[in-house]
Amino acid sequence: MQYQNIFTTVQAVGPVHHGVELGHGNSPRSGEPKIYHLLGRIGNAQLGPIYLGGLGLASLMCGLAAFVIIGMNMLASVNWNPIQFVRQLFWLALEPPAPGYGLSFPPMNQGGWWLLAGLFLTASLFLWWARMYRRAKELGLGMHIPWAFAAAIWLYLVLGFFRPILMGSWGEAVPFGIFPHLDWTAAFSLRYGNLFYNPFHALSIVFLYGSTLLFAMHGATILAVGRYGGEREIEQIVDRGTASERAALFWRWTMGFNATMESIHRWAWWFAVLCPLTGGIGILLTGTVVDNWYLWAIKHGVAPPYPEVFPAVIDPATLTGAKP
Amino acid sequence: MIQRLSTWCVMACLFALAGCERFPMDTVQHGYRGTGMVQVYNPRTTALKAEENEVPPSLPAAPTDGPKASQLYKNVKVLGNLSGGEFTRLMVSMTTWVAPTEGCAYCHNPANFAEDTKYTKVVARRMIEMTRHINADWKVHVAETGVTCYTCHRGNPVPNSVWFKEPEQHKGADFIGDRAGQNLASKTVALSSLPSDPFTPFLLGELDIRVNGPTALPSGNRHSIKQAEWTYGLMTHMSTALGVNCTYCHNTQSFSNWKGNPPQRATAWHGIRMARDLNTAYMEPLTDVFPEHRLGPTGDVAKANCATCHQGAYKPLNGQSMLKDHPQLAGPGTGPVGAKVAQKQ
Repeated sequence: MQYQNIFTTVQAVGPVHHGVELGHGNSPRSGEPKIYHLLGRIGNAQLGPIYLGGLGLASLMCGLAAFVIIGMNMLASVNWNPIQFVRQLFWLALEPPAPGYGLSFPPMNQGGWWLLAGLFLTASLFLWWARMYRRAKELGLGMHIPWAFAAAIWLYLVLGFFRPILMGSWGEAVPFGIFPHLDWTAAFSLRYGNLFYNPFHALSIVFLYGSTLLFAMHGATILAVGRYGGEREIEQIVDRGTASERAALFWRWTMGFNATMESIHRWAWWFAVLCPLTGGIGILLTGTVVDNWYLWAIKHGVAPPYPEVFPAVIDPATLTGAKP
Repeated sequence: MIQRLSTWCVMACLFALAGCERFPMDTVQHGYRGTGMVQVYNPRTTALKAEENEVPPSLPAAPTDGPKASQLYKNVKVLGNLSGGEFTRLMVSMTTWVAPTEGCAYCHNPANFAEDTKYTKVVARRMIEMTRHINADWKVHVAETGVTCYTCHRGNPVPNSVWFKEPEQHKGADFIGDRAGQNLASKTVALSSLPSDPFTPFLLGELDIRVNGPTALPSGNRHSIKQAEWTYGLMTHMSTALGVNCTYCHNTQSFSNWKGNPPQRATAWHGIRMARDLNTAYMEPLTDVFPEHRLGPTGDVAKANCATCHQGAYKPLNGQSMLKDHPQLAGPGTGPVGAKVAQKQ
């Protein structure tokens, strides 16, 4: 039982610290660090200080602007009724312009707010990305985190910027809203003849589910060898102890091949990053170079033709010689 | 503390599941294996529906000979060819189908039954013509089962499921908060955030329902994702109105492809045209006949969609025919609608 706990069992707490000295051009970090036992149960017990900086502040301001624009539109859409706002929150949305507006800037209430919210949200994401890049540089890290974040931003830009531009209409983009963006996703697949036949969508799902599988395998492995010091993964890359050996043996014996303390993290990083990269390619191709993924898949032998089990049904629209 | 926490977790899970239907469900394979073409039925709902869809007993058949209704009564414009007995039987049946509590006086002036002073009588006469039109000219949808007044009315002067045009969005300001006709938990689209009035464009108007292109690569199909959402809204309504899954009519491998689809899809296709025909040819022209309190928020007449007849059943009244006991409602029609439908595409 000792090793099957949701929460961190050991909290090593030393004197709180602000972190390393920062060089020229950096802002001071804000907030006094404090120790919280409950936080220590799920992570590090020390909260703060935080590095906000100019980029962080600008990003938060842009994000707040987008948040307020979206929120006020939602509130206005239920006629400023706060009760309905809470009740229907998951259904409410800020819709992109109607397709008829093309790529022009529509009246504010016909999608203008959507464009403005998108602009602020994109600015916020870019600023936050730059902030991650700067912080990683300042701490002397590799660029793995900012580039992984950039992969997510790529998918976001494909959905709301690149693809609508290629299609010639902002109306092709995603609404801001909880259920509405899910309904949009279903409608996207319906419009373009079943996204499941899009091979890049398939790849994206492989990497999505693959990521969860790898995460589970790796998390489980490290917890399982924790009793032998397995959580000191990085040290064990070069100084392989019994934890590493046992973990490696387990996988070699069960599936013949095993990752190493180093390579498992490369596996995980690439799987996670390739999920939005391939997904973004799939979205970008939809409507621009492929209009009906089902017909595409039939044409290229991807979709299986199923045996007929019903009496032949003819499209009634073709019977009357007219287009419905 | 851990125990209290887990108690709360269990309670939260139960609460989250409170909206779900109780299992077990019945599943019936409907298409080729592996295509996911399965109908899911809740046996408790099915039992309830069987009860709701019981057909009321018919009156014993009346003699067809003897003097005609037109000779016996004044101002009989539609049913004049019926015998006196048939006419009275149909009138009594209609009373039990449409106005069982209000009685004859719901449509007739008790002092003078021939008078057309009550709007209900004018509407009822047109509805008899509509019923005959459906039974004679829309066999592609209603087959030989046909419909009677009871199919929609079920003992109510106004059928349970009718639709009105959605009033314009009520806004405090004109520069913010446009919903574009969607994004509220609407019952018409099964509480999704899809466009909540898919009837005006498709069951009254004739906008494109089909959004898929006929070729793998782009070849000029300019239907948008937003249009797909309106189609999706209509289809969600159809699914709810018939109490079936998408796969009742579609092989979801490709919603647009007709090959390997259940024949029900063609029946449904005609049903859409039928609803459109009834709304434009019968209901809308009656707008001025109805008093204001029977009209919708925008002053439009009550109109029919799939739920008006089906009321949650795959076939209205679970496919039981009342028409066979009331052949007086089988026709005549108004001529072939096939040609009319073709023009209207």
